[in-house]
Amino acid sequence: MGIPIEQILIQTVNGVVTGMILALVASGLTLIFGIMDVVNFAHGELFMLGAYVGVIILAATGDFWIALVAATLVIALLGATIYLTTLRPLLGRDPLYTILATFGISLVLQNYALWQFGPVARKIEEPFTGQFTLFYLAYPWYRVVIALLSAAIIGALWLFLKFGTWGIWIRATMQDRVMAQAMGIPVPWVLTAVFAIGAGMAAASGVLFGPLVGVNHAMGVDWVLKAFIVVVVGGMGNLAGSIAAAIFISLLEAYASLWVSPAQAVIVSFIVLILTLLFRPTGLFAPTPK
Amino acid sequence: MSPGDAAVQPLVKVDDIHTYYGKSHILHGVSLEVGKGEVVGLLGRNGVGKSTTLKAIMGLIHPSQGKVLFEGQSITHLPAHRLARLGIGYVPEDRRIFRLLSVTENLRTGLDRHGVSKARKTELLDKVYGYFPVLAERRNQAGGTLSGGEQQMLAIARAMMLEPKIILLDEPTEGLMPRMVAEIQRIIDVLNREEVAVLLVEQNVPLTLETSQRIYIIEKGLVRHHAMASELRVNDAVIHQYLGV
Repeated sequence: MGIPIEQILIQTVNGVVTGMILALVASGLTLIFGIMDVVNFAHGELFMLGAYVGVIILAATGDFWIALVAATLVIALLGATIYLTTLRPLLGRDPLYTILATFGISLVLQNYALWQFGPVARKIEEPFTGQFTLFYLAYPWYRVVIALLSAAIIGALWLFLKFGTWGIWIRATMQDRVMAQAMGIPVPWVLTAVFAIGAGMAAASGVLFGPLVGVNHAMGVDWVLKAFIVVVVGGMGNLAGSIAAAIFISLLEAYASLWVSPAQAVIVSFIVLILTLLFRPTGLFAPTPK
Repeated sequence: MSPGDAAVQPLVKVDDIHTYYGKSHILHGVSLEVGKGEVVGLLGRNGVGKSTTLKAIMGLIHPSQGKVLFEGQSITHLPAHRLARLGIGYVPEDRRIFRLLSVTENLRTGLDRHGVSKARKTELLDKVYGYFPVLAERRNQAGGTLSGGEQQMLAIARAMMLEPKIILLDEPTEGLMPRMVAEIQRIIDVLNREEVAVLLVEQNVPLTLETSQRIYIIEKGLVRHHAMASELRVNDAVIHQYLGV
């Protein structure tokens, strides 16, 4: 088709970078879904609020990394509070209740952000501005660092789930909540912790992604939509599947934008979603050990 | 020990409990006791409330009336995870192994508690691997890939990780081949020797009479008969009457 190889390689790098951030958002979402069958429609707003907390703390301390860690912790705490006050009382009810509850929370948080911070987008300064030459492009190092950091956070989550006591408790609770309780696992705390971890990961992605886009009250909407697609394509509750799906879809979109405009390239994700739901509703990627 | 002896200081005392599942009344005032280190059998036909009684003791179902006492304290409304930490182990009818966790991870669900030293953990693991060598061989295998008998052993070993004072065993020999049944019987004897009390729900009458010290027979949500195991024979009239064996 006459597309130069350099462009394809550049788009590959772009696809992987966006894919890793998307994976970070989606892994929190899929973890929450996997353990409590709650579709968290407020996930995008936790992402957005994480970015705002990052903006505030960055302004106060001038240190991007402090802002990243603090935003993660603050939003994790907010996530735990939302879980305890809103979702825990609905446990065991029809999923419709939790869908409505989380959707309501997302509206409240979004409008709170609009009221508190106004409609003008804020900017998070990149922690460093170095660039390297990728063929004919000056490619920012920061993008590569985001991808690596996202991978590191996901890797840490995986190690925690695989080897930690709480990780084993989380996986046991995912598989059989009643038996987990009968084994002495403090299931109410495990559920709260999972919600906090998911929220913290959303906030971390918000801060990391902040420098690439403007921070505004609606920034969560696009991301959560894409994260939902990723979670469904990867298989609901399947962590490894979500990560694979995030990279897969981001790469497809990146390649598609070689031919069409990036705005139109989004259509590719929806095509993948529809095809997955038609032919493999349990997700494209085989279930991994929980 | 006569049926009266356990009443002096029962480990578990179930006092006139009633439970409902939706609108259907399952237990109509079940009362029973298990003494320290005692093996007690609970017999009855399918669906008379044996499993429900175990779930009520474990805190998985909360009775609407009556109470459950553990070492003299009321535990009627405590959540299951607190009861497990107090020393009640539960081996459910369908085993409920964590299928995607490895054998060791399944054991760790009960082992990773506060106040258990590393040395003690190793000791406990070594002990159950000694009792169940087949689990040691498969320690890194996913629980779901084990055979039915191995899963049953894992379910019992997992409960033992809690260092319980009592284990509630729900139909441990169901669907197992004779060699495995003998294995389960052996492990009940081991528990008995270690002074772990066992409340055993079974369909296998000869095995229950052989391993238990006392027997309760339940029918339609009520205890209808209570006797020393040594006083009952497999072909007794009461067994015929309530179990139709």
